[in-house]
Amino acid sequence: MIRRPGRLALLVVLLAGGGLLITGALRGTLTYYRTPGELLTHPAATGERVRLGGEVVPGSVRHDGGLVLFRLSDAGHEVPVRQRGMPPETFREGEDAVVEGRLGTDGVFDADHVVVRHGNEYRPSAPAPEPPDAR
Amino acid sequence: MMRTSTVELTVDSPPGAVARRTTGWIGAGLAAAAGLAGGLLAPADAVQGPAQRLMYLHVPAAWVAYLAFAVVLVAGGAHLLRADAHWDRIALAATEIGVVLTALTLATGSLWGHLVWGAWWAWDPRLVGTALLFLVYAAALALRRALAERAGVPPHGDPRVTRPVAVVGIGGFLLVPVVHFSVRWWRSLHQQATFLAPERPPADPRMALALLLAVAAASVCATWLLAHRVVRLQRQLDAAGAAGGRRPGRSGPRRPAPVG
Repeated sequence: MIRRPGRLALLVVLLAGGGLLITGALRGTLTYYRTPGELLTHPAATGERVRLGGEVVPGSVRHDGGLVLFRLSDAGHEVPVRQRGMPPETFREGEDAVVEGRLGTDGVFDADHVVVRHGNEYRPSAPAPEPPDAR
Repeated sequence: MMRTSTVELTVDSPPGAVARRTTGWIGAGLAAAAGLAGGLLAPADAVQGPAQRLMYLHVPAAWVAYLAFAVVLVAGGAHLLRADAHWDRIALAATEIGVVLTALTLATGSLWGHLVWGAWWAWDPRLVGTALLFLVYAAALALRRALAERAGVPPHGDPRVTRPVAVVGIGGFLLVPVVHFSVRWWRSLHQQATFLAPERPPADPRMALALLLAVAAASVCATWLLAHRVVRLQRQLDAAGAAGGRRPGRSGPRRPAPVG
């Protein structure tokens, strides 16, 4: 059995090491996605695999063979996306989505994975007969 | 004297049994009402479709898991301060319930994520935090067993086992606010809170009612389960004490259980 001060020091070292490991591992988690604005102002990120999140610009979705083309926007910035493979069924224009891939040198984001980021508002699908500001 | 029914609930006595039975029936009634409201009354969501109904399982599971860990915090603290084995049994039962409900939260969330986000799992702060919460409290259960086996005593009732476990249970609660506020503090795939948000976003009142009933049902059912588990643990210890030739202590909430 290690004596008390030694044990305490060991515990502190283990905790600090664990903390460092966790924060290091979580760096990608704490900023789960980048916004179009961040991606455009940091061109160093070009070619690096990142996640990009924003609103699917209404009217921007086009299907081209196995590719789905659309634009993601946030706070006035837009990034065109070339997605390989079908997005999930809930993927809609005007909803948020997060794509995973690389920003190409042509300024188009090549994505191979897309997830839908839905809001925290819940309403029935039928057009609500109540006034829009009803509680 | 604070001899309310909430205290009676975990005591192995005839009034305790009556209180537990009443709680069980209230829980069953609320669960039935929540099932009807969530399955029939509440409409399917416009964007998410019927998958949104998973909310009536996912949100109560997560909330009652938080609640269970709050019970672990309070009962663990009371156990450390008063050296009363009854509080430790409450902490143990709450840890078990919390771990199971956190697993249920992850499972229902994963299915919901698959249906709506298009991903079973994402390395997102809320999801990773919930997984950590599960691991910490599962570790508390494992630590209890490991310490008990090493000391050759039952997993509850001995302070050499229960005190370190109480410390882990109290420390683990630090994660609960982190998990809850993770969707506000960091950028997350997970949606923000709706009903506990400072400014409530619009939600259909029938959906809100179904969710409220489901949270109430889950809370009451979990309380009922906790009370039964605590009584069972106490009886186990009493039986072990009697078999070991010790005085079969009918340990009430004010008397420490026989210490081995």
